[in-house]
Amino acid sequence: MSPALVPARPRLRTFVATVEDVPGVLNRVASLFRRRGYNITSLTVGQSELSGLSRLTIVVACDDATAARLEANLWKLVDLVEVHELAAGEAVERDLALIKVKADKTTRAQVVQAVELFAGRVVDVAPDELVVEIAATRERVDDLRRVLETFGVVALVRTGAIAMPRAGVDDPTRTQSQSQSQKSASGT
Amino acid sequence: MSSATVGLTAAAATTADKAPGRRTGAEMIWEVLEQEGVDVVFGYPGGAIMPAYDALPKYAVRHVLVRHEQGAAHMADGYARASGRVGVAIATSGPGATNLVTGIATAMLDSIPCVFITGQVSSHLIGTDGFQETDVTGVTLPITKHNWLVTRAADVGPVLREAFVVARTGRPGPVLVDITKDAQQGSCDFDPADRRLARVPHGRPARGTSADAYERAAALIDVAERPLILAGHGIVQAGATAELMAFVERTGAPVASTLLGLGGFPATHPRALGMMGMHGEAWVNRAVQEADLLIALGMRFDDRVTGNLKTYAPRARKIHVDLDSSEIGKNVAVDIAIVDDVKRVLAALTPRCKPADRGPWIARIANEKGDAAVRDIQQLPDTGKLHAAHVIHDLWRLTEGRAVVVTDVGQHQMWEAQYYKHDHARGLVTSGGLGTMGFALPAAIGARFARPHDEVWVIAGDGGFQMTAAELSTCAQEGIKVNIAIINNGYLGMVRQWQEMFYGGRYVATPMRSPDFVKLAEAHGLTGFRVTKRSELAAVVAAARSAPGTVVIDFRVEQEDSVYPMVPSGADLGDMIRRPAPSVLVETAADSDEDEVPR
Ligand SMILES: Cc1ncc(C[n+]2csc(CCOP(=O)(O)OP(=O)(O)O)c2C)c(N)n1
Ligand SMILES: [Mg+2]
Repeated sequence: MSPALVPARPRLRTFVATVEDVPGVLNRVASLFRRRGYNITSLTVGQSELSGLSRLTIVVACDDATAARLEANLWKLVDLVEVHELAAGEAVERDLALIKVKADKTTRAQVVQAVELFAGRVVDVAPDELVVEIAATRERVDDLRRVLETFGVVALVRTGAIAMPRAGVDDPTRTQSQSQSQKSASGT
Repeated sequence: MSSATVGLTAAAATTADKAPGRRTGAEMIWEVLEQEGVDVVFGYPGGAIMPAYDALPKYAVRHVLVRHEQGAAHMADGYARASGRVGVAIATSGPGATNLVTGIATAMLDSIPCVFITGQVSSHLIGTDGFQETDVTGVTLPITKHNWLVTRAADVGPVLREAFVVARTGRPGPVLVDITKDAQQGSCDFDPADRRLARVPHGRPARGTSADAYERAAALIDVAERPLILAGHGIVQAGATAELMAFVERTGAPVASTLLGLGGFPATHPRALGMMGMHGEAWVNRAVQEADLLIALGMRFDDRVTGNLKTYAPRARKIHVDLDSSEIGKNVAVDIAIVDDVKRVLAALTPRCKPADRGPWIARIANEKGDAAVRDIQQLPDTGKLHAAHVIHDLWRLTEGRAVVVTDVGQHQMWEAQYYKHDHARGLVTSGGLGTMGFALPAAIGARFARPHDEVWVIAGDGGFQMTAAELSTCAQEGIKVNIAIINNGYLGMVRQWQEMFYGGRYVATPMRSPDFVKLAEAHGLTGFRVTKRSELAAVVAAARSAPGTVVIDFRVEQEDSVYPMVPSGADLGDMIRRPAPSVLVETAADSDEDEVPR
């Protein structure tokens, strides 16, 4: 039976990809997801430890078969150096959020207390609202957001997850990219 | 062969200096093409690519001036399909580049290695909506294997070299290099011998092969009673025809082909069944549905091949061999996957399999073949009417199956696949994945340049031929010979057939009036013939073959004929609409559609 017909058990998966830092590379990754109908939860891109290479964190909800094909499709991108799925529990994952929340004289103390409970920080204050920052797992950010909604969330902005394997865990995302950087260094 | 064999040697020997030194971007384009062994490019000039054209006469690359850039793209594609080498087309920015798009998508869907070069406005104008500026790398992103925008002369050489590597390695495909006018005009130091300038594409792990795949595959093959090989385009692309033959001879398994796989295994071989899928012959699709093992080699289980996935090959275990791991499990779940070049895989797999004969299985298929033959259009009494199937069958006989046949898209394409028996790889050039009407004539021109010593035939519909008929003028200007058979039924036949079968016979926008194709040929300084009876055919074909230049033959065929069998879109592969049995034959239980397939 086709995998498409197996009742899909989608779960959130995190892929980390190392790509060349060239114009259009993000577009290529995004285009692949759009064209093949994958549903991206978040996609972030930024520098890596290697010059000329960027690192992407992609969170996507899909089943096992779809994940395998997604990875195979990513490998086909010419600008991609490598891609790996991070095993749940073996990765450190952070999502940064800024939340503007209503807080006046009567509620400010409660808001601040809630934020501290989540190890967030208040980064800006006005008489009737605050801007709160939190860098945590996606679930914890969701939790704080739910709590703050009881006071009134005015605005929210999130980066989407960035992730890497935990300290001490064999890092599959670095092996090949390092040899790659040596390759470019030797000019071949 | 005719005396009009294409002169491939470009007129003048290279006058350009090959020593290291200063070069313009424009010069490096041609120098790299020469180094890549490109003997011909198909193109059309314009403002943003003029510096490149200005440098062209210094190099030993022949340029073919097309009449529409779509034609250039199909020519490059046809060149690549007929030869296995990389085809090259070149166009200007904006409308020149967008005119290539249909041809690029056609090459992409069938994994054809081509390099498309487009001019772009100067780098300082990019993003300003400058005259004839189009975001061509954006437009072609999803229809190329990769593309590049080059804005500096120094990048022209390395990027073009990389482009050739990417186009032909792994699963092949089209690539596009968009080069700004200032990058063509600028200059830099260039050492043609310095191969290190080429950026090496990243290595790719060969993943997706199941553990012990070869042992398990051989074991499955050995125990199978009704194994069936599904031979795809991958066999042709990998040059694995000899390996496939050895595999068949050892395992005794019969071979069904995809449209693009035709010729990868000789059609006249006793183990060859023919094409499978929507217009596959009945015995082939029945064999798929009855098989207990499918061995899929370099094919991708396209929906035109499988029909309804839920009921596809219900009794079969599946082994899937493909170079592209993203194809594994895409449409059909498989028991064993081997991700590698099919030539290598077969070489390793064949000796592991036990020699076998599969006599009962072969006999069972032969029985069904006999049943189908009574419906075969070739058995129809000669009423003097001309049937497309007759035309194609006769062309096959008269050309001894040796021609490179380039088809367009429609009914005639399916009849070609059914009635022209391809014994040789790269003997059929056809747009499978995209099904692009207008493909045939320009692709045939490309094929002609790739195979100057082979006879090239176009088989096109009256509709599709008119889409790119302007390239007749290219044939005349270049002095090349192709033979063109227009299967003229006065309709967009394939759409008419669907209207007849699924839309209550309402022929909306499918009757088509055509120009006088004989006069059209003559207007181009070419030769035209008309054939209305089967009895006239042989003499006209002989005249066409011996004429020195391009010949157009207008075959006036039955207007409302249909392609049979047909698996309606999305239906079960076993549910075929069969050709109504000729009335002179009494329908017997043996050839009734309702007859249960013996299990
Ligand atoms: C560019 C393009 N437009 C439309 C179609 C849809 N289409 C598929 S077959 C067909 C009819 C082709 O008619 P003709 O060229 O006369 O060939 P016939 O089927 O009559 O042999 C059409 C319109 C297509 N495949 N390609
Ligand atoms: Mg027609």
